[in-house]
Amino acid sequence: MSNAKERMVARAARELRPGMVVNLGIGLPTKVVNHLPADFPVCLHTENGLTGIGPTLPADQASRNLIDAGGAYVSTIPGSAFFDSATSFALVRSGRLDLTMLGAFEVAANGDLANWKIPGKFSPGVGGGIELAQKARRVAVLTTHTDRAGNPKLKKACSLPLTAKGCVARVFTDMAVIDIAPEGFTLVETAQGVSLAEIIEATGDVLHVPDTELPNF
Amino acid sequence: MKLPDKQCSLQDAIAHVKDGDTVMLGGFGVPGTPFTLIHALVQHGARNLTIVKNDANEPDMGVDHLLQSGLVARLITTHLGLNAHAIELMNTGQIDVEFNAQGILAERIRAGGAGLGGFLSDIGIGTELAEGKQIIEQGDKTFLVEPALRADVALLHADRADSFGNLAYVATARNFNPLMAMAADCVIAEAEAVLPLGALAADDIHTTGVFVDHVTELGALSKEYAVVQR
Repeated sequence: MSNAKERMVARAARELRPGMVVNLGIGLPTKVVNHLPADFPVCLHTENGLTGIGPTLPADQASRNLIDAGGAYVSTIPGSAFFDSATSFALVRSGRLDLTMLGAFEVAANGDLANWKIPGKFSPGVGGGIELAQKARRVAVLTTHTDRAGNPKLKKACSLPLTAKGCVARVFTDMAVIDIAPEGFTLVETAQGVSLAEIIEATGDVLHVPDTELPNF
Repeated sequence: MKLPDKQCSLQDAIAHVKDGDTVMLGGFGVPGTPFTLIHALVQHGARNLTIVKNDANEPDMGVDHLLQSGLVARLITTHLGLNAHAIELMNTGQIDVEFNAQGILAERIRAGGAGLGGFLSDIGIGTELAEGKQIIEQGDKTFLVEPALRADVALLHADRADSFGNLAYVATARNFNPLMAMAADCVIAEAEAVLPLGALAADDIHTTGVFVDHVTELGALSKEYAVVQR
């Protein structure tokens, strides 16, 4: 992972507060755990039926029956619990998740999220993402600021099929931390070595910039 | 009184599957997938099946053997991301795929097993997943009608069972298994060990044998059950 991505993930890890129940989506969000102290008091949930996720294990130490929703071999910690898939999503839909962190293809200025389908190119199914996005109390997105071709992923409106409407509260990118405020994208923090002009240029809609000095991560 | 014995050979159990049946398969990835029953189903050769499973496993594993054999007409699932072969069959129209949100699929199966007709949910409103679904206003809220889902046959994997078909699962191999156990007309479980009555403590049983019709003990596990080397 590049330094900028690593800093983004480390910054996102500071979003977890003691006592939270958190679901970390497949991909970059999963790496957030690498930046938490071992004794940090938080309960991680995975859709396939586990609360209290422990460290990811290499293949030679893995248990064949113990994975997370992304298929990674994980472990338990004291207090872990297993349950069936209906219970797992009862937990999600009833608002027991304080926070979920998800990846994104596109995030709109009104908080719409598209992260499951690119018609004609990528349609593996929505899995549990739609329920996480729609029902977690707070939804944060971790994503590179632009796609591989350099196009903004933060846009005025999503062009891809939506995962959920108006769900995203905050976006962590390799360039900035941006909130979805009533007026649209609002800059909260900037990444080291990135200028305000570069962030504005890479953002696909109006970026509101407060008058105050912003923290750097 | 003594509880009835439901132990059965693999071949006798799988013979209950008929052409055109809807077959539920437990499992989320490798854990909880009844790989041995799936192999028996491929050998049995019932055709035109509708398969209900969270995912399609990975190429050359589990569900993929059914797909390769051309026995599957329709797949009701949540995510095919680890099986490019299944995605190709979908994209070329060789199988019909119905995607459900994962928790909605689980709850539809739970409802089917609980004697209900369906339930109301707001998941997917405002997205293409809501297209074609009946809408109901209740109070000041809008819901989609999610119909219950049942199957002709459910194939399950348990860690331990007893001769009555009481089942206990291990770790994340539980997933859809206890839900599907309730939602099919004929429920067949493979278990890594089938123990005498009383060997499973009543408090440690996750699925009562009342839901289970046939139970078969696995011998040595095939390598499909093992940790996937990626």
